[in-house]
Amino acid sequence: MLSLVIFFPLVAAIPLFFFRPEWRRTYWVYGTFVTLLELLFSIALLMGFDFSRAAEFQFVERYVFFGLQNAPYYVGIDGLALILILLTTFLTFLGIVSSYNYIKEKVQAYVITMLLLETAMIGVFASLNVIQFFIFWEAQLIPMFVLIALWGHENRVYAAFKFLIYTAVGSVPMLAAIIWIYLNYGTFDYPTLLQTLPKAAVDIQKLLFLAFSVGFMIKVPMFPFHTWLPDAHVEAPTAGSVILAGILLKMGTFGFLRYSLPLFPDGFEAYRGLIAILAIIGIIYGGLMAWVQSDMKKLVAYSSVAHMGFAMLGIASGNPIGIQGAVLVMISHGLTTGALFFLVGMLYERRHTRLIRDYSGIANRVPNLSTFFVFMALASIGLPGLSGFVGEFLTMIGAYRANPVWGYLAVPGVVVAAIYMLSLVKRVVFGKLDPESAKMPDVSFREALILVSLAIFVIWIGVYPMPFLNFTDKVAGILVNLLH
Amino acid sequence: MTTIDLLVYITVGAPLLGFIINGLFGRYLGKLPGWIATLMLAVSATSGGYLAYQALFNHLHVSKDIYTWVSVGNLHIPVGYLIDPLTGVMLFVVTFVSLWIHLYSIGYMEHDKGYWRYFAYLNMFVFFMLLLVLGNNFLMTFVGWEGVGLASYLLIGFWYFNDAPRQAGMKAFVVNRIGDAGFLLGMFLIFTLFGSLKYEEVFNAVLQNKEVMALFIALAGVLFFVAATGKSAQIPLYVWLPDAMEGPTPVSALIHAATMVTAGVYLVARASAIYSSVVDVPVVFGLSAPLLVALVGALTAFFAASMALVNNDLKRILAFSTVSQLGYMFAAAGMLGYAAAVFHLYTHAFFKALLFLTAGSVMHAMHDVLDIQRMGGLWKKLPWTGLFMLIGGLALAAIPPFSGFFSKDEILVAVEKNPLIFWLLVVTALMTAFYTFRMFFMVFLGKPRDQHLYEHAHESPPIMLIPMGILAIGAIVAGFVGIGGENSLWAKMLHGTFVFPEHAAHGEHSSFPMIAGLTAGVVGIALAYLMYVLFWPSVPVLMARIFKPIYVVLYNRYWVDEIYDALIVKPLYGISRWILFVGVDRVLIDGTVNALAWVSYGFGAFFRKLQTGNVRTYAVWLLLGALVLIGVLAL
Repeated sequence: MLSLVIFFPLVAAIPLFFFRPEWRRTYWVYGTFVTLLELLFSIALLMGFDFSRAAEFQFVERYVFFGLQNAPYYVGIDGLALILILLTTFLTFLGIVSSYNYIKEKVQAYVITMLLLETAMIGVFASLNVIQFFIFWEAQLIPMFVLIALWGHENRVYAAFKFLIYTAVGSVPMLAAIIWIYLNYGTFDYPTLLQTLPKAAVDIQKLLFLAFSVGFMIKVPMFPFHTWLPDAHVEAPTAGSVILAGILLKMGTFGFLRYSLPLFPDGFEAYRGLIAILAIIGIIYGGLMAWVQSDMKKLVAYSSVAHMGFAMLGIASGNPIGIQGAVLVMISHGLTTGALFFLVGMLYERRHTRLIRDYSGIANRVPNLSTFFVFMALASIGLPGLSGFVGEFLTMIGAYRANPVWGYLAVPGVVVAAIYMLSLVKRVVFGKLDPESAKMPDVSFREALILVSLAIFVIWIGVYPMPFLNFTDKVAGILVNLLH
Repeated sequence: MTTIDLLVYITVGAPLLGFIINGLFGRYLGKLPGWIATLMLAVSATSGGYLAYQALFNHLHVSKDIYTWVSVGNLHIPVGYLIDPLTGVMLFVVTFVSLWIHLYSIGYMEHDKGYWRYFAYLNMFVFFMLLLVLGNNFLMTFVGWEGVGLASYLLIGFWYFNDAPRQAGMKAFVVNRIGDAGFLLGMFLIFTLFGSLKYEEVFNAVLQNKEVMALFIALAGVLFFVAATGKSAQIPLYVWLPDAMEGPTPVSALIHAATMVTAGVYLVARASAIYSSVVDVPVVFGLSAPLLVALVGALTAFFAASMALVNNDLKRILAFSTVSQLGYMFAAAGMLGYAAAVFHLYTHAFFKALLFLTAGSVMHAMHDVLDIQRMGGLWKKLPWTGLFMLIGGLALAAIPPFSGFFSKDEILVAVEKNPLIFWLLVVTALMTAFYTFRMFFMVFLGKPRDQHLYEHAHESPPIMLIPMGILAIGAIVAGFVGIGGENSLWAKMLHGTFVFPEHAAHGEHSSFPMIAGLTAGVVGIALAYLMYVLFWPSVPVLMARIFKPIYVVLYNRYWVDEIYDALIVKPLYGISRWILFVGVDRVLIDGTVNALAWVSYGFGAFFRKLQTGNVRTYAVWLLLGALVLIGVLAL
């Protein structure tokens, strides 16, 4: 079942090679159908998931191929992986649906790329074999690179290479560490390593922690490894940005929660303070950077640095409140930032500019789009009652418990968030209507569907977050126990 | 589900329903949204009024959890309600005043294009305000707290296509967020100390641990007061409120005078256990948390009133007056006169809402002109509005038997122990009476100063006059419940609601504060009459000339906005843009990355020369690599 969820998009991509290029509509119908089916498969996983054992790996599959006894194909999911897989299938589906008008060239390749990307991402979350995880981790780079390089904007080549090299550089130490672990422990199996590695000497743990975490820190991205993100976002097509912000960044925080923290608890303990400080710098610095941008996509990209800073702060706090808050920040950020990228994409489709100064007072012309814009902006900056607040609140309270100073340093982040986001809203949505925007159409039915489906979850999480917290309460409990 | 549950659901649910209906379908409903919203408020005010009655007269006291919002680790936060006399007062004020302002708005907003949107926002505001006052834990109050901030943001920027409202809306939200940061930190601290955010549990724990944890409890008090200075517009965060007058006038009456801005006073009164426990614990500049509250309140009262003295904008005068009156409430609360603070909150809601509504009526008549120097003699044209403003003004100036007299007297009694605060407030009372009647005389008496405007002025329709009339009655009679000092009905209703230090001294109820306050009020009105009726314009002009430096300082509001802009906003932007973005992000980080890329590219180019470009060489490398990998796997 789990393998079906992982490889269905990959398999479904194969027939696309035989489609004729002029069947443009067919690609979209097919892509929509496949990603919808994939979403339903992942919901079937949810249905079959036993929440009373949410910390254990379920749907486990382990096969040995080519006689490689020590490197079997090994997958399984716990609550953390499950919620991220659900987010992945949901956002990929919306990403395909949103691209009908946006992508006009090489549609065939585009749909194939998206499907490959989906398999790679789910593979990252579901792997229980460290080298297999690494392969999926690297595999996901290629379709993303292609997305930016083929369907990007003016500066796409620079951005694509920056993205590729940054991430590739980060994964070199990780590969070295994985090989070292194999040479010393004789296995790639995650559950086995979980028993043995935490007992390693502190110095070894510290080294391995660093080797794994550099790659994750780049992915999150944490200050000062964040500068690939704005460039990648600005150049990527809308769906690429949505996936990038919505899922790929979460692979970094996921990496911390799945690997860095539980495998090397003493290493984590040693670098916790540093991570917290970098996370707090990310929160404040990312927010201030967002404030001074003139490009909407860059603004949202820098706001991601701030949001992911909250997630990392929650993880660094090392208590269940902070860790569960971090997961909720990840989910909420996927939804709200995804939505903001969709909205910016919609504006771009209409006006072919992302510059804030090219817009003014669009509320006069497109009230529905503006309402969604303001709504998602507010959800993003943590207005209570919407999704962003729950995670931010929990990560900050967790951080405060771990070290009150972290709490005091992080809290100004909520003020900075209001400044950058509301100044965007003020300039773009409010004010006198600019003449260029005077003929924009308001959201179409399809666009409204995308935004409403995101908004439902944004409200649900804000008002009643317990069902979402239940995915990871046991996982968080185990992680915290490992630390003590 | 008990009857009380049901009533709470109805009280809170009705405005939410109105918001949803008007928000989704309002644009298709023509003039219906106003009536739908008002109907929802009538429902809410009925059940809310009943709950308030039960709480105030029948000692209804319930705290009940409805569902678990968050339960993580040892953090358990329910969604639940608390009904006690304090909630009762707030429930009554919020639903009652809101109801009449909704009705007034139907007339006031009749020709506005955003009619449906306006009522959707207004209902949303009431919903969040009710969450704020009904929540049984700090977090729910915070949800309402930021929710009313959102409503305020949207309504200040209601005419978003103009520049001033969109700037003012953003300013209000951001300044409030600074206060909210204090609220968050307060909650973190409280949770870390006591493992709960529920009011009852927290306050019990505070009383049990007040010796051991005194300093932390005092710090929590300071942090919650930081929150209050944002929402309730006190020094140093008051700057958003005068700008908030860009919103429609009924909004100013409801949100920025009667209800939302009193949330900070509510919070301090709610947390009386915190403040009363740390009376002797110095935290900031050697002041205890409650004394800090009182001093900031008194200074704000004085400072804001001084700016109202010379302002010529009808709504800004009232805005500064609101800031000033909120300062009175904090002064009382900080001196442990919680009942007096809430009493003034309650009377102020009536007379200040009334004053704003009369101002709206004047604007209606004067085609949105706000400059009182262009008015005058309007009594003949707007007799009802004039009468209502006179009533509201007398209440604000604390002249008996109007409601403000009783509550201001209670406040002066509460602060009598501290001469500095007492005299600040007495002088402020004089200024209050003066600026109030300066406004009233300039608008309604004397000769018309703008003949054209005057001739087109007309009295407002009954749908606006009736709500003003109701509130005017409130402004007259609301204070009577406070007659009798410690034996008054008010004292009985709120008995046992607030926590006081064990050895609180019950001072004699001397009549000196009343005499001082009343004298100040009468002198203020008399001065205003002399300057703006008898000797206008010669004396005011002369005074402005003699006291020119003071006049200039006051007229420019001490340049506080400009100072904040020059010292905080501009430097922060400059640092972010030039030092952080260009310096750190572009040059330092990206420069390093690009340099590394070039270096490795250079190395690559160097090594490439060593290589033959021969396909066989690559094949060998590939093979070697594969062998290594397989070797590793096979081990």
